[in-house]
Amino acid sequence: MLEVQNLSMRFGGLLAVDQVSLDVQEHEIVSIIGPNGAGKTTVFNCLSGFYRPTGGKILFEDKEIQGKPDYRISRLGLVRTFQHVRLFNQMTVVENLLVAQHRHLNTNLIAGLLKTPDYRDRERKSLDRAAYWLDRVGLLDLANREAGNLAYGQQRRLEIARCMVTEPKLLMLDEPAAGLNPAETRDLNQLIISLKEDYNVSVVLIEHDMSLVMDISDRINVISQGRPLASGTPEEVRQNEDVIKAYLGEA
Amino acid sequence: MVAQNFGHALFCAMITLIISFPILGFNLEAQGINVTLTGAKTTTIIGVVLASIIVFGFQLFRDAIMGALGTLPRFNPLAGREPMEPSRRVKLESRIITVLVVLFLFWPFMVSRGSVDLATLVLIYIMLALGLNVVVGLAGLLDLGYEAFYAVGAYTFALLSRYFDISFWLALPIGALLAALFGLVLGFPVLRLRGDYLAIVTLGFGEIIRILLNNWTNVTGGPNGIGGIPDPTLFGMEFGRRVKEEGNTSFHETFGIAYSGEHKVIFLYLIALVLAVITAMVIRRLMRMPVGRAWEALREDEIAARSLGLSRTAVKLSAFTIGAFFAGFAGTVFASKQGFISPESFVFLESAIILAIVVLGGMGSQLGVILAAIAVTILPELAREFSEYRMLIFGAAMVLMMVWRPQGLLPMRRIHIKLNRLE
Repeated sequence: MLEVQNLSMRFGGLLAVDQVSLDVQEHEIVSIIGPNGAGKTTVFNCLSGFYRPTGGKILFEDKEIQGKPDYRISRLGLVRTFQHVRLFNQMTVVENLLVAQHRHLNTNLIAGLLKTPDYRDRERKSLDRAAYWLDRVGLLDLANREAGNLAYGQQRRLEIARCMVTEPKLLMLDEPAAGLNPAETRDLNQLIISLKEDYNVSVVLIEHDMSLVMDISDRINVISQGRPLASGTPEEVRQNEDVIKAYLGEA
Repeated sequence: MVAQNFGHALFCAMITLIISFPILGFNLEAQGINVTLTGAKTTTIIGVVLASIIVFGFQLFRDAIMGALGTLPRFNPLAGREPMEPSRRVKLESRIITVLVVLFLFWPFMVSRGSVDLATLVLIYIMLALGLNVVVGLAGLLDLGYEAFYAVGAYTFALLSRYFDISFWLALPIGALLAALFGLVLGFPVLRLRGDYLAIVTLGFGEIIRILLNNWTNVTGGPNGIGGIPDPTLFGMEFGRRVKEEGNTSFHETFGIAYSGEHKVIFLYLIALVLAVITAMVIRRLMRMPVGRAWEALREDEIAARSLGLSRTAVKLSAFTIGAFFAGFAGTVFASKQGFISPESFVFLESAIILAIVVLGGMGSQLGVILAAIAVTILPELAREFSEYRMLIFGAAMVLMMVWRPQGLLPMRRIHIKLNRLE
């Protein structure tokens, strides 16, 4: 469903991403790994429309999306999280989820001012959906807390829930396990697999935690210094000489 | 510690002397056509010296004095109490607003004509401040050219009535919509800017409108302004002594009461009151609607909001347009109240005062903004006796406010939407 062909991103004299290609099929978890500064997040920023790539094509469901504004891409069903959690800290947990459903709500001003039945109906439905997802990630008890007051692991889960209420087709997670303890990482593991199995969402994952990556990925792409280094199943990547060199350094 | 402060204290005392002596110590006196310089009275000079000694003493024992002041809150019964529960606070706020509205409703029948006129002005400022509160407080866009939309509203009514004989009631929505249109058109190119840059561009826009009104002499009358703006009518009843327009009747004849100039003032006041209440209610509702949440989301974290499918331009434009709409409302009422408008009424100071109201009241807080609008408009009137020092007092009040309560009179507490079914 997602196909990236020869993606390049140049910042002045720096070629941050050089001819990276990858693809994601439906019902699949694909990981992008690589040493720090390899350009993984830059790839994400290109995919989600935060950067306009300087070369290459990005096809989402056979439509070219490179250079489209970020909010359009998100509305197509390609939603991301961030390496550093970005919640609306002063809003409550449930309000965070309501903001994410902005485009599902009746945003007609007149309808809202008059509280038409249609408006109430949608408002109630979006609250229901928020409640469902909060239950799903185990935050239902904290629904009326301010998001900024949650513990870090809870904020991570809230960010994923916030993506899921937008009903995405492809979810892009940027280091979702960063800062989590081993137990939390295992929970996250379960959650991501269940997103794929139960909700039929494909996942692209950037991660440093190798146990997570190896456990849940269907395929792995390795990037080093902006260039694609290897790709394949976890087993293949684990035994790839280039990858070992890139991670351990050449002797 | 005292020894360390000695040099600093001496320096402060010197500064006090140097600044206050030339200002207070010399007088210019006119003698015929010449101006002569005379020294001040001994008491003034003693006062200046005393002041610098006090400054010296304060700076010398500064730490001790500030330390003693720090223990003062013990005597303040309000210090250290628990913050009020949000639900109670909301109830209290709506009660205060109700009381305010009722008070406002009976106000004109209790006081003099001048006070009613002033109260109308207060209501106009409340409308303006509530509108700007959407742009600055909720959406977080610093708009320094807000008076431009106010001017558009006022001039729309003035020009329409002059050239097309359009009445107040028709001009009210047209003025507001036209102001909103200006907000939309001008918001479009500038909204990709943020913070300081946006402030500068909006400042420029405010000036453009004012200078345009000043120089487009054959349409707007330039600096001479436009006069003879009609008063609003009540179902075709005029408030003047004689009926100006054919087909209208006059208010005092219809009801068989003696003519009084106050009827008109009170009527205008009531119109302003109704419009201010409508403004407050609509904005209160908008704050709880998806669009209100989108404003706040974009203010809090623009990148996250965009990643969730919120269009930056659409959300910011809606805030800008709605803010401008209410400024247009206020402008129409203002034109009708004054009966005469000129570009002089729409200078930058006007924007600055409205912004000051929003900041003093507490950004995003409706009740705070309303109270601040009342205070900022009425206090200068009360302080008329010290008219020379009026701006000085205003400035000092602002500085003190920012030192003691930088978050404003009543800082915004968000009205949270709650998830109730926790089964």
